[in-house]
Amino acid sequence: MGQKITIEPVTRVEGHGKVTIHIDNDGKVNQTRLHIVEFRGFERFVQGRPYWEAPVLVQRLCGICPVSHHLAAAKALDVIVGAGTGQGLTPTGEKMRRLMHYGQIFQSHSLHFFHLASPDLLFGIDSNPLTRNIIGVALANKDLAVQGVMMRKFGQEIIEATAGKKIHGTGAIPGGINKHLSAGDKEKFLNGKDPMNIDNMISWAQDALEFFKDYHTKNKAIIDQFIDFPSSYLSLVRKDGALDLYHGVLRAVDTDGKIILHDVDYQNYLKYIDEEVRSWSYMKFPYLKEMGKSAGWYTVGPLARMNTAEFIDTPLAQKEFELFKSYNNGKPSNKPMHMHWARLIEILHSAEKMKELLNDNDLLEGELVTKGTKKNEGIGLIEAPRGTLFHHYKINDSDQITMCNLIVSTTNNNQPMNEAVNQVAVREMNDQKEISEGMMNAVEVAIRAYDPCLSCATHALGQMPLEITLVDHKNKIIDKKRNR
Amino acid sequence: MNQIVRFTIDGSECMAEKGQYLVDAAKENGIYIPTLCNYTGIKPKGSCRVCTVKVNGRLMTACTTPVSENMDVQNHIPEIDELRKKIIELFFVEGNHFCPACEKGGNCELQALAYRYKIMAPRYPFAFPQREIDATNPKLIKDQNRCILCKRCIRGIQDEKGRTIFAYRKRSSRVEIGIDHKLGKELSDETAMKAMDICPVGALLVREKGFDIPIGERKYDKAPIGSDIEEHNVSSK
Repeated sequence: MGQKITIEPVTRVEGHGKVTIHIDNDGKVNQTRLHIVEFRGFERFVQGRPYWEAPVLVQRLCGICPVSHHLAAAKALDVIVGAGTGQGLTPTGEKMRRLMHYGQIFQSHSLHFFHLASPDLLFGIDSNPLTRNIIGVALANKDLAVQGVMMRKFGQEIIEATAGKKIHGTGAIPGGINKHLSAGDKEKFLNGKDPMNIDNMISWAQDALEFFKDYHTKNKAIIDQFIDFPSSYLSLVRKDGALDLYHGVLRAVDTDGKIILHDVDYQNYLKYIDEEVRSWSYMKFPYLKEMGKSAGWYTVGPLARMNTAEFIDTPLAQKEFELFKSYNNGKPSNKPMHMHWARLIEILHSAEKMKELLNDNDLLEGELVTKGTKKNEGIGLIEAPRGTLFHHYKINDSDQITMCNLIVSTTNNNQPMNEAVNQVAVREMNDQKEISEGMMNAVEVAIRAYDPCLSCATHALGQMPLEITLVDHKNKIIDKKRNR
Repeated sequence: MNQIVRFTIDGSECMAEKGQYLVDAAKENGIYIPTLCNYTGIKPKGSCRVCTVKVNGRLMTACTTPVSENMDVQNHIPEIDELRKKIIELFFVEGNHFCPACEKGGNCELQALAYRYKIMAPRYPFAFPQREIDATNPKLIKDQNRCILCKRCIRGIQDEKGRTIFAYRKRSSRVEIGIDHKLGKELSDETAMKAMDICPVGALLVREKGFDIPIGERKYDKAPIGSDIEEHNVSSK
């Protein structure tokens, strides 16, 4: 008897999605899809607005990583106001934005690892869902939970010091930034009372990596074998090949590490990337044009960045990067669960970068804004916590936005998430008469590895209970389970 | 010498020059009466009704009512506070006020009053009117979505020759602010900035001026609306 299993909505991810799994008459999974069922309209309703509103307006897509949208929009508008791309700003302008961005990566990654992902690692994928959450983590491993909360807080405070507010600030403006870092904030972040200072954050970031590596040693099956499939990877890299989360050229590598997109200027992204619409999801499917719709999909995010970058320019993160690379024999890792590892390396890198910037006096003084010859079109890319984020705007001669195109990180990961979900569903659910909660969570663990922000990709609202429905091939419901 | 009159606001003894408008007289006595359409230096209009008080038991607009001897004014009483709150809520639902992306946020009098009256969400349904942005003027952008039709720009902005630049156009519920096509083109930077400042909301925006004043340094970030007047009251006591 054919079956269709629906997991709706997916939990412990940002936003709202569902999974459907079709099982044929022989009990084999023959189709799995991650559906994004909500609709976003930001690209439409910024039309007509004065362009300088875009960085503060579009960041309202999300409350988790609004800084990424804020900065990507500001970078696009830098081009429009003639401030150039990326490095055209004043030292203060660029460094304040970078500090804001590293604070953002630090808090968002911490939120994901400690609050969303660690329950699966600490308690096991098929453990009791009543304790498989951040409260369970707090009860079982208080130190880890406290670290998670405090690291997030530190990142949020960096954002507040640079953008004016922890969530939805106004720091970045076309051509620069609207404030300096105060001497008081600098002192607080550098030499604040333990644990809230940057040295302690670096130390905690190292502890989290040690925790993960220890877990990895003991649970190779989950980290190395749970999901494994070939993919291409795309991210920005600095011109010299270093990991750069704020600015760079666009590079893609294939599953073996061969460069397939050669460090191109992202102002020309439309030459290389297109988006496909499929009827069953509100989320588009981006692909590399040269490779075509079916083969051109790619992964973005922390794992992609580890796979495209040649080195990291901060010493502690570089050491961890070398370990990561040598574990994967110098080749790209095709194991999405390594995304957690990559994320932790980036937490450490961000902390090191924040320390470097906090010691830089350009943050305390200097010109804030630069402008040049105005243009009618601008593109801004940034490496958001979840991957490469594209903002593209056109304006008319009256300064009103006439076109906006956003390719959000999670949208880039649409196809890989579908691949991951399918692989886990096939392994866990083939020939199974009964679908357990553990199997359902296994599917979600695969999605969770990508830290998808579905609200960001589609602007979703609503509760997030988990519901699974088993229907036969005539669509008759034969079983229904609901969980939270 | 001008005649001094004695009157009370919420039972407090006050003094002011006879004929002074109540809103100004209250201010001199350290009592804040909220206003929106009123602006120091231009003739009061009494159109927004936010300054409504009870004078000897009758509802009056404080910006257009001169003080007189033995006036009994009720300002901060539940009935009046609730009435003002309703008026402010009506402004929010009648237009399209999206504070998060508005350059006037933190400097906006309507927003500041909403904070003062602790308005979390309006009790009335949003009208979501279809309104236009006029971006044809070289110096100013007019966003009709946010206009509360207070006429402050009409009454307070003139060119060097004293000619008004803004005017009402259309009628009834479609009424809106228009910028004189010819005079508008000749607006100086200074007058454009003055127009943006005189607008209590974000309906008039100087082109390309957006978010350059950080959060925390805006007018009402530093001190909530009315607190400067009320602080004076505390110190004078």
